[in-house]
Amino acid sequence: MTADHQRRYPLGACDLAPIWRTGATLMVVVKDLKKRFGETEALKGVSFEVEPGTVLGVLGPNGAGKTTTVRILTTLLKPDSGTAEIEGIDVIANPAQARARIGLTGQYAAVDERLTGFENLQLIGRFFHMRKSIAEQRAHELLDQFRLDQAADRVVKTYSGGMRRRLDIAMSLIARPSVLFLDEPTTGLDPRSRQEMWEVIENLVAKGTTTLLTTQYLEEAERLADRIVVIDHGTVIAEGTAGELKAQSGGQRVEVTLSDASQLDRVTPALSEFQIDGTHESIDVDALTVTIPVTTTDRLVPAVVRRLDSVGIDVADVVVRRPTLDDVFFELTGKPAEADEDSGDQRGEQ
Amino acid sequence: MSATGTLAGSGRESESAPYSVPRGPIWLLRDIWAEGTRHLRATIRNPDLLVFAALQPIMFVVLFVYVFGGAIQIPGYRTYQQFVVPGIFAQTVVFGSAFTGIGIAEDMQKGFIDRLRSLPMYQPAVLIGRTWSDLLRNAFTFVIMMVVGLIVGFRLEGGIINSLLATLLLLAFAFAFSWIQAWIGLSVKSVEAANSAGFIWMFPMTFVSSAFVSTESMPRWLAKAAEVNPFTIVTNAVRALYNGHPVGNDVWWSILWALGLTAVFSALSFRKFQNTSK
Ligand SMILES: Nc1ncnc2c1ncn2[C@@H]1O[C@H](COP(=O)(O)OP(=O)(O)OP(=O)(O)O)[C@@H](O)[C@H]1O
Ligand SMILES: [Mg+2]
Repeated sequence: MTADHQRRYPLGACDLAPIWRTGATLMVVVKDLKKRFGETEALKGVSFEVEPGTVLGVLGPNGAGKTTTVRILTTLLKPDSGTAEIEGIDVIANPAQARARIGLTGQYAAVDERLTGFENLQLIGRFFHMRKSIAEQRAHELLDQFRLDQAADRVVKTYSGGMRRRLDIAMSLIARPSVLFLDEPTTGLDPRSRQEMWEVIENLVAKGTTTLLTTQYLEEAERLADRIVVIDHGTVIAEGTAGELKAQSGGQRVEVTLSDASQLDRVTPALSEFQIDGTHESIDVDALTVTIPVTTTDRLVPAVVRRLDSVGIDVADVVVRRPTLDDVFFELTGKPAEADEDSGDQRGEQ
Repeated sequence: MSATGTLAGSGRESESAPYSVPRGPIWLLRDIWAEGTRHLRATIRNPDLLVFAALQPIMFVVLFVYVFGGAIQIPGYRTYQQFVVPGIFAQTVVFGSAFTGIGIAEDMQKGFIDRLRSLPMYQPAVLIGRTWSDLLRNAFTFVIMMVVGLIVGFRLEGGIINSLLATLLLLAFAFAFSWIQAWIGLSVKSVEAANSAGFIWMFPMTFVSSAFVSTESMPRWLAKAAEVNPFTIVTNAVRALYNGHPVGNDVWWSILWALGLTAVFSALSFRKFQNTSK
């Protein structure tokens, strides 16, 4: 926030759920959620927890079940089985109680284009049955916070995509929810708006808003989330901090670049003595690189070069690097993240 | 409340707002009011939409009266205006109800309905607010129509009281049809589909009726269909009232139809709304 903002709201602009309210209880507890749509098993038993004041990143490719999970938690959809609690409230048995505690920003900006930004905020305040004066004051506060004060009295139809997204999030925050749900908040935004959105979310997070954020972008989860749950085909396949997930996927990796594609297949067999058992290599045909998780060894690069040389593979470059979340995802699913269900899998690394 | 006061009580105030969700009929009405004004405000802001909604029926009045007016003689009516204008009124308000379905489908498509469903408001208010605001919009269109009708020579021969009753009956019917459209809008989920599904059946319904010609001039089987058409019943009722003719049982039947359609389709719509999962 700006210095000016701090001056005007010395105590305020705190989206923080007060400590005495949250206590030590978990904000979100999800146990064994299952949901089927006809033939599609969207969720096959998803469980996770979110601690107060933290951000949980739910990471997964298209169709993983992210939106389905969010819709169940926000009372829009009933699961076939399993339980979901928000601040100890069972969302399935007590949807009205749960709704009073959440803010939802869906995958697509849900704003009324015919109204102004201020009117949109005011409307949500009315539906939370807030006192008019409080709702209005809060609306102005949020318009300032999300840099929409200039556009407050303009009809939303005239807003840019980024502004709509910001208004959308502001609308979810009007009643200071205990848990904020952000379903793919940056999907479809251009790089500049995405950067802006990240800053917006980082600001919220810094104030301690408990948040559940879904994303297809590893970079986004790594940057914004305290903990990450990786889901794929309706199942949690890994869980932990970004660091833990990286450690889990076996430390460092060696990236070999060749000068021609014909020898790509021979790299892994040649380097089997270095490779961590049970891991997959990933081959990027376009970039002519093969990436292999390797055990930590002294003087690895010269050893790898000598080995490849000895079997007659023509090496252009060899690099050793720390794993990224892309590697983690590849490691867990055997296919690259951010690809569609059925699209090609040659894109191992970015 | 002063800014300082709010700041000092910031934690408490913000807490009490979302956590003790007030319930009760007053809050139901407030939610309906909030949702209704959302649409009315938007309508007032885009008056061209209202004007276009009225333009087509105005054209109908003018065309029917001047193109057919000379050729068609209906026994018992001084002029063709006295016969056809109430029919066009009925058609206009029923067509106007299609906005309900289109609006709901649009809100669903844009995810706004999902947002509302995640709020601690009275859920039925989403639909009730919509149908009531569309009723007001329809009433406004009706006023324009009435003025045009009076200009082309239509007269309230049944007197003020009967004319008021006729108008109320028309609006009650429009309200009932809004609920049919609400159910269609919730069922189809896209604006384009709501547009076709909402209008397509209203053409045969309004034309195979007594709205524009007497059913006696139709082939036997068509006349039969027209006579059981609820649209014919309401048209006959309001026409008799505006003209000061004996109304028979048509008024009672049309009230029953309006109540029945409202009851059935609001129930269907509420259920559909609860089970929506886009
Ligand atoms: N209403 C529905 N009817 C039928 N199938 C559905 C429905 N909603 C979701 N699905 C299916 O369930 C699976 C999970 O969908 P979901 O929308 O939760 O995925 P997601 O992780 O949010 O994907 P994306 O990144 O594309 O938004 C998909 O295969 C999807 O096609
Ligand atoms: Mg999704």
